[in-house]
Amino acid sequence: MPSLPTIQPEDEAVANKVQPAGAFDAPSDAHDPVRAGYLLRLGDDALILGQRLSEWTGHAPSVEVDLSLANLALDLVGQATLFLGAAGDADELAFKRDVLDFRNCLLVEQPNGDFARTMMRHLLFSTWQHMLYQALGDSRDQAVREVAAKGVKEVAYHREIAGEWIVRLGDGTDESHARCLDALDWCWRFVPELFEVDEELEAAIAAGIAVDPRLFEADYRAAIAAVLTEARLPIPADQRAILGGRRGHHSEHLGHLLAIMQYLPRTYPDAVW
Amino acid sequence: MSDWPLWEVFVRTKGGLAHRHFGSVHAPDAEMALRHARDTYTRRQEGVSLWVVKSSDIVASDPAQAGELFEPAADKVYRHPTFYEIPDEVKHI
Repeated sequence: MPSLPTIQPEDEAVANKVQPAGAFDAPSDAHDPVRAGYLLRLGDDALILGQRLSEWTGHAPSVEVDLSLANLALDLVGQATLFLGAAGDADELAFKRDVLDFRNCLLVEQPNGDFARTMMRHLLFSTWQHMLYQALGDSRDQAVREVAAKGVKEVAYHREIAGEWIVRLGDGTDESHARCLDALDWCWRFVPELFEVDEELEAAIAAGIAVDPRLFEADYRAAIAAVLTEARLPIPADQRAILGGRRGHHSEHLGHLLAIMQYLPRTYPDAVW
Repeated sequence: MSDWPLWEVFVRTKGGLAHRHFGSVHAPDAEMALRHARDTYTRRQEGVSLWVVKSSDIVASDPAQAGELFEPAADKVYRHPTFYEIPDEVKHI
């Protein structure tokens, strides 16, 4: 019976490169589902809101606002690339997953509506995101810490400019005030989800990767109330929370967003940047 | 948006340099004009400081007066400080 051929050292080196020793059993960051799940939440929030804002390009009320919204969108897509890149292949994750696999909160997938709703959504989200990124400076995970540190300045600006707009629109004309009330009515019910801690997030908090958003909920509510008061807008009463985005239960709007966002790489899989 | 006033934008490109006129933006007020200037003119790291001033606050010379204002300087070449002999020991001039 012929013996098996000897394994050549160069073949072994190639094999090791393809599949590093112990990849299946050694605990490593790449195979930690708690970490990956949390990175998807952070990355998907930024990606979906970035895509939403980019829909304004060419349609904003003025060329200055057009650029401003595109800048916000690019900041978010940049953060998403880094978060998703830390969880796996960013392009694969952005363009090859279906609705049920997305982990973003429901607020960011809401349609742009008019300019007031876009800015209200952005105020409610970026105030939360800013506080979150600040707190993530203490994360035990290096990637989370670094991306949050890079993003925190960007998001600080988002929060400011959204607040500036809401103050001007809320305390503007009768028309802009009424539109702000509609915007608040649309967006407010998605705020509780930002502070929801489910089992997955609980695990990520326990691992020191994530922070508990409830720690800054009082600060958040105070900050939002300050902007709304300055904008002569009422602070809405709490509504029944609408949850589910973090577990893939999305509104009908996300599928339409993905159909547009993923069209090109799905239709032309060989396309390169 | 059509009733937003125009603002002139000045950008300091580096510490130590003067603010230079970059262009203009429309904005409802001074604070938003600064934001628009930031988003329009410094998105590729062009600046470290911004000024905006309402275009209507700028007092400009009348182009029709260009002749009397600027042409008389054309033949006064002696106003350029290029007729001094600089000693070799003096550097950095």
